[in-house]
Amino acid sequence: MKVLVPVKRVPDTAGEKKIDPNDRTVDRESVESVLCPVNEFAIEEAVRLKEQHGAEVTVLLVGPESAQPIVRKALSYGLDAGLQVTDDGIAGSDALGTARVIAKALEAEEFDLVLFGNQSTDARTCLVPAAVAELLDLPSLTYARHLEVDGDTVTVHREHEEGWDVVQSSLPAIVSVVEAINEPRYPSFKGIMAAKSKPLAVKSLADLGVSPEDVGSGAAAATMYEFADRPPKEAGTIVEDDGSGTAAAQLADWMAEKKFV
Amino acid sequence: MARRYPLDMDTYRAPVRDARFVLEHITPLSALTALDAFAHAEPELVDGLLEEAGRFASEAIAPTNRDGDAEGAKVVDGGVVTPDSFKQAYDGYVQAGWGAVQHPAEFGGGAFPLTVANVVKEFITSANMAFSLGPLLTTGAVYLMQHHCSDEQLQTYVPKLVSGEWAGTMNLTEPQAGSDVGAVTTRAVPADDGTYRITGQKIYITYGDHDLTDNIIHLVLARLPDAPPGTKGISLFIVPKFLVNDDGSLGARNDVEVVSLEHKLGIHASPTAVMAYGESGEGATGYLVGEPNQGMRQMFTMMNDARLGVGLQGVAIAERAYQQALHYAQDRRQGRGPASEPGEQAAIIDHADVRRMLLTQKASIEAARALCYANAHALDLGHHADDPVVREQQTKLADLLTPLSKAWATDLGVELTSLAVQVHGGMGYVEETGVAQHYRDARIAPIYEGTNGIQALDLVGRKLPYDGGAFVKGYLGDLRSEATALTDDLAAIREPLLAAIDELGTVTTWIFEHREQPNDVFAGATPYLRCFATVVGAGLLARGAAAAQQRLDDGDTAPYGADFLAAKVTLARFFATQLLPSVHGLTGAITAGADDLYAVAPGALAP
Repeated sequence: MKVLVPVKRVPDTAGEKKIDPNDRTVDRESVESVLCPVNEFAIEEAVRLKEQHGAEVTVLLVGPESAQPIVRKALSYGLDAGLQVTDDGIAGSDALGTARVIAKALEAEEFDLVLFGNQSTDARTCLVPAAVAELLDLPSLTYARHLEVDGDTVTVHREHEEGWDVVQSSLPAIVSVVEAINEPRYPSFKGIMAAKSKPLAVKSLADLGVSPEDVGSGAAAATMYEFADRPPKEAGTIVEDDGSGTAAAQLADWMAEKKFV
Repeated sequence: MARRYPLDMDTYRAPVRDARFVLEHITPLSALTALDAFAHAEPELVDGLLEEAGRFASEAIAPTNRDGDAEGAKVVDGGVVTPDSFKQAYDGYVQAGWGAVQHPAEFGGGAFPLTVANVVKEFITSANMAFSLGPLLTTGAVYLMQHHCSDEQLQTYVPKLVSGEWAGTMNLTEPQAGSDVGAVTTRAVPADDGTYRITGQKIYITYGDHDLTDNIIHLVLARLPDAPPGTKGISLFIVPKFLVNDDGSLGARNDVEVVSLEHKLGIHASPTAVMAYGESGEGATGYLVGEPNQGMRQMFTMMNDARLGVGLQGVAIAERAYQQALHYAQDRRQGRGPASEPGEQAAIIDHADVRRMLLTQKASIEAARALCYANAHALDLGHHADDPVVREQQTKLADLLTPLSKAWATDLGVELTSLAVQVHGGMGYVEETGVAQHYRDARIAPIYEGTNGIQALDLVGRKLPYDGGAFVKGYLGDLRSEATALTDDLAAIREPLLAAIDELGTVTTWIFEHREQPNDVFAGATPYLRCFATVVGAGLLARGAAAAQQRLDDGDTAPYGADFLAAKVTLARFFATQLLPSVHGLTGAITAGADDLYAVAPGALAP
């Protein structure tokens, strides 16, 4: 069984992010880059498939050369190989552009299962996994909070607001997982040491046969024209209960004024 | 119930950036990776290891600290039960493999420098000191065994100790044999099958029994029937809790039992056991390590490593308490600060005296950390440098620094956790905030693994006489050369540092001049150690400040950031100008001699 786990480099979720005014993208110098935390759940699920089914797992990253430590980081959880797609033409891609690159990269690989995180912590679009499935014309099983593979069938519990649906598909399939699916382990000391000697292939758009017109900022469906810093946090309103019995009414008035109710 | 106090007291953030800075600029890792033995410890790999070890300590271990203190370890049905949260934390520790970092590759270890492994230990200890003691003892057992055990013994026990699947203990102390280990009376009698029957009682056995591992390998000092008296007649034995079959599976339960656990001031979750060997038969089965009557010499091979490990506990616990004090000082609002609006309460960190306490903590922690890392660095070079002359010199340096690391860092552990309590005001004395636990936990470290008084005697009695005194004089010369080389923009550090080195030179000369009156020297040994360590710590901070200043001047601030580097310079200056001058006040006590100590009869000391 072969599994691919696409991962993303994101600005540290807890860090204070800045936008570079020149190209209106995230200023990567201003904040530490990390492996997207949602990917850790997909990686953990892949490691369990290794343990249960002897799956061979390849991690896939689309990003600049400087993102290579993120691939090694993902490998430190015990995955087998890395594949990085690096090309200046990819910069500024939107979700669909990114999905086109991933889909082409997947086409060139053999796989039974692709395990995405359901969203990245920077963009939070949740679009890429389904777009990739659409582009490859493969079954799309999103928001998995439980996953089982039996022969050539994958069953997931697809989370939604009222609970979950049990969804089944044949392999190969594209799955996105949510954080409820497992509790990721920590990379082990030996895993970190082994990661540096795992095979890592690097491919360009040309290697994958992706047309530069289909990706990058030029192909993005949305353009950012302007941005503003987040306004400073203002002091909140405190309604004091002075015992006169009017506090609840004051609170209700305030909520009505702010259109919360 | 709503918390009166908003900080999540379980929060600990491993100071990965501080550790990296020391490894790059104060005790350079590059000097170790240049050696064949450590060529694999590349900086990027070490960065990755420290990052993940820090995350593991912060996320998986730190949350168990409070539970451990509140629940403590208990004896249930003749066995020790650790706090509920410990089992999962320990399993995670074994799975992640953090115990293997320093051990030889042939037993499944990472063969990393102690300099790197000790950073991992510092993080785990900050996260939970009581938890960290189990792995620390196991590490000590491996260290001792790898140097003295037979191949068969090594293969039987060491790989599972390296992985952490089994735990190790050290059994030295008996009621009448504390600092005076030579007074051990536990007996070992040869049996027909080449093993030994061990009988006797041991006390203060850290993690003597617990439920974290399937087996526990006790290393026990005992006396053979024909052994000479004192330290020359002590032998070392392996006594496993469960005997190990030839195929590696666990066999019969050995005749070793936990009698009781001590009720202690701190480290409640660390079981401190009274152990009985051979209570229910003719003795516990033990296996002799090496030759008979070599137990003390064998123990000494791990002494530097173990004492440095305890010194590191002082750094680690002070760091944990400091982080909590810093958080509280930014959160708690009282009184008006220099920039307060009328009627507005300032965060207490705005008050000068609170700043003084926080900077004292931060600067002292950094000095003690640098000393402990420098000590590990010297041990690594002493073991692995290519040039035998370098090995010898670095081993002597490690021998000199070890009592400084152990005693100074653990004294600071107590003093700085006390300051962290003080920052909290009344809430610091209330257990609810959790900071009091660090103060209680810190108090053991100046006592065990050779009391700090013993460390001071070791310094003046054993280490100063190296090469007839030439070694320490050469070292002081090195300190002076490095301080003199500080540039004029760091004159505020250089001048007080040179004055302190002078003072250290003066009192060191006094000690050499009085070596014929050892009791006069011993009377001032503790303040002398303090003086020595404070000077060394200041010198190491100055080394870091010089590097930080250079990088700021060059505009080469990545990956640390300009603010971080500027703070290194400021903290080194704060230490040099406000803490280091305390050494001048120690001279009277160092050079007073013993006369007054003995001028008063014990009876006259009573009220």
